[in-house]
Amino acid sequence: MGRLLKYLRLDKFPTVWCAGCGVGIVMGCIIRVVDKLKVNPDKVVIVSGIGCSGRMPGYLDFNTLHTTHGRALVFATGLKLAKPSLEIIVVMGDGDALAIGGNHLIHAARRNVNLTSIIINNWIYGMTGGQYSPATPRGAFATTAPYGNLEPPFEVPELVRGSGASYVARGTVYHTRQLDRLIERGMRKEGFGLVEVLSPCPVGFGRRNQMKSAIAMMRWQKDRAVSLKRASKMNEEELKDKIITGVLFEREAPEYTQEYERLMSRVKTRKEIGKREIQTGLGEIHEE
Amino acid sequence: MEKPALISGNEAVAYGALAAGVRFFAGYPITPSSEIAETLSELLPRMGGKFVQMEDELASMGAIVGASLAGVNSMTATSGPGFSLMQENIGFAFMTEVPCVIVNVQRGGPSTGLPTKPSQGDVMQTRWGTHGGCNTIALCPWSVRETFDLTIDCVNLANRYRLPVVLLLDEVIAHMREKVVLPSFGGVKKVQRKKPTCLPQEYLPYEITEDDIPPMADFGEGYRYHVTGLTHDPTGFPTSNAKEIDQLVRRLYGKIERYRDEITRIEEEYLADAQILVFAYGSVSRSAISAVKEARARGIKAGLLRPVSIWPFPDKHISRLADQLKAIIVAEMNLGQMIGEVRRASCERVKILGVTRVDGELITPDEILTAIQEVS
Ligand SMILES: Cc1ncc(C[n+]2csc(CCOP(=O)(O)OP(=O)(O)O)c2C)c(N)n1
Ligand code: SF4
Repeated sequence: MGRLLKYLRLDKFPTVWCAGCGVGIVMGCIIRVVDKLKVNPDKVVIVSGIGCSGRMPGYLDFNTLHTTHGRALVFATGLKLAKPSLEIIVVMGDGDALAIGGNHLIHAARRNVNLTSIIINNWIYGMTGGQYSPATPRGAFATTAPYGNLEPPFEVPELVRGSGASYVARGTVYHTRQLDRLIERGMRKEGFGLVEVLSPCPVGFGRRNQMKSAIAMMRWQKDRAVSLKRASKMNEEELKDKIITGVLFEREAPEYTQEYERLMSRVKTRKEIGKREIQTGLGEIHEE
Repeated sequence: MEKPALISGNEAVAYGALAAGVRFFAGYPITPSSEIAETLSELLPRMGGKFVQMEDELASMGAIVGASLAGVNSMTATSGPGFSLMQENIGFAFMTEVPCVIVNVQRGGPSTGLPTKPSQGDVMQTRWGTHGGCNTIALCPWSVRETFDLTIDCVNLANRYRLPVVLLLDEVIAHMREKVVLPSFGGVKKVQRKKPTCLPQEYLPYEITEDDIPPMADFGEGYRYHVTGLTHDPTGFPTSNAKEIDQLVRRLYGKIERYRDEITRIEEEYLADAQILVFAYGSVSRSAISAVKEARARGIKAGLLRPVSIWPFPDKHISRLADQLKAIIVAEMNLGQMIGEVRRASCERVKILGVTRVDGELITPDEILTAIQEVS
C-alpha cells in the first residue's frame, strides 16, 4: 500500500467523491496495475471526460488531462498518434462514454488505437444529480425518470466488440482483484481495449432504486456478477438477472498507430513526389 | 529551391502548415476545405507527420489539442457547419492554453447554406463562437501567396501566445489558383513554444509570469502536470478561489490585449490623402482595390484598409482615420458583421455605409465603386 501512495497527489485529497462511491476503487486498481507493470509514470497519461469519474486524473501523479464531456477518447487519440510511446488510460462515465461520447467510443474501437479505456458504469449521471443515462436499466428511477425509465440500456461489451475493439472486458468494483487483472490485460493488449466497470453511485442511483446504502449496492454486485467461467456452467434460468464478468472478447487486429508508422516508412522512401513536385517545387520535403 | 508553382489557396494552407512545422492534422471532410485535408493526407506521412480523418469536427478539434499536448504543432480545417461543432473544444484549448490552428474556409450560410460558394458569415462566430467569453486571434488572407504566409503566422502566433488561432478563408481564396513562388521550407521562421527550464517538481504549468505566457511542457517529458477546462490555479488544479479565478480569466483574455499591437496587422493602399475609405477583407478586398483604383482614376480620393488580422480588430487604425475621412464603406459578404466593429472603433464620427452580399456571389468592383461615388 505505502508503495502505491507515490502515484497519488495526496495534497489534492480529500476527493470530491461521496462516501461509498466506486470511482476511487477503480483509481486504486489503476495504480496497482501501473505499479505491477512498472510503467514509467512520466509516460503514463490519464485522460478523462466530465463527470464524477472525470475527476479521477486530478488525484493521480501522472500526465493528466481532464477534457470536455464525452470527448476523452478523441484527445487520447491525438495524444497517442502524436506520441506513441505514451501509455494512455482513458477514464469515462457511462453518460460520458455512451451518450455524448458514443460516437467517439465506437470509432475509437473501430480505429483500434492502442488505448486502455475504462467506463465507470454507475447507471446514472452522477455529477449532475441522478438523471438517467444510456446505461440506466429499464424501469429504474432517476431524477429525469420519475415514473421509471422507458429506454433500454446499451449492452456495452457487445457495442464495443461490434465496433472492432481488440479487447473487451467487464468487472465490478466489488471484485477488485479480478478488476486489476482485467485492466492489466487491457494495458498489455495492443489495440483498443475497453473495461466496463460496474460501480455504485449510492447517491444518484441507489437512493431511488431500493439500494439506499453503498453496502446494499456492493452486495448487489456480489450477488449478480458471475465470471465467464462460472457462467459457462450455468443454464439460462440460472443466468437470468446475472451479469457476466471477465474477459469477454479478445482478438488480434492491426493497431492504428503501428499501421501508421508502417505507412510512414513505406511512403518516406518513395523517390518521386509526383504531381506535386512539378506543381510546387516542394522537392525539399524530403529534407527532414 | 524557389520554383514558381500554380496552386490553390487550400494547397497553400497545406504547404504553409508543413513549412511551419505542423506535423499533426485531424479533420472531417467538408466543402470547400477538403483539399487541405487531402493534400496533408498525402504529404504529412512523408514528412514524419500524422494525418487522421476523425468521425466529426468535435473529434478533430479534440484530437489536435491532444496532439499538441504531446508537443506537436497541430491543425484542423473545416467550414461553417464544422466550425460550429468545434466551438466547445476551441474554448477548451483557450482555457488550457494549448496552441493549435483552426482553418475555417467560409461558405454561404446560415445552416448548410451554400457549400460551394463564398461568404464571410463566420467573422463574428470566430470572435464570439465559444461560450464563456474568450479572446481570439484570427488572420484573413486575400491571395494564395498570403494564405501560405498567414498559415505560417498562425502556427507561430499559436506557439508564441499559447492559444488556438484561426485562419479565416473564404471559398474564393480557397479555390482560386495563383502562380506563387514559395520559399524554401528550411528558411521559414518558426516560433518555438516557451519551455520550462526548472526541475519537474518545481514546474507550474499555469505560472503567472512577467510576460503572461506560462512555459509549456510536453506530455511524456517528465513534467507530470494536470490540464483541465475547469478554472484552475497556477499549479493547473481546479480552484474556486475568487481571486485565483479572476487572475486566470483576466490573464487569458488579457494576453491578446497586452500584445495587441504586436499581433494586429493591416494593409493600406492610397490612405495618406484618402477621404473615402473602403474597409474590406478576404476575397472582397480584391474587388475593393479595383474599385479604389477606378475611383482614383475618376478623381475621387479613395483608399483601402484591409485587416490582415481580423481579430484583434484594428481599433486604433480606424479610430485614427475617422477624423480624416468623409466616409467609410464596409464591404463584406454577410449582412453586416465587421461594420459594427468599424462603427464602434470610429465612435461613428464619420459616415459609414455597408455594401453587403449574401447570395453566394463575390461583391463586384462596380458595386463598391457605386458606393464610393454615392458618398463622395
Ligand atoms: C457538453 C456538456 N453537456 C452537459 C454537461 C453536464 N454534465 C456534466 S457531468 C454530466 C454527466 C455525468 O454522468 P456520467 O458521464 O455518467 O459520469 P458520472 O458523473 O456518473 O461519473 C453532464 C451531463 C457538460 N459538462 N458538458
Ligand atoms: S454522485 Fe455518485 S458517482 Fe458521483 S461521487 Fe457521488 S456516489 Fe460517486
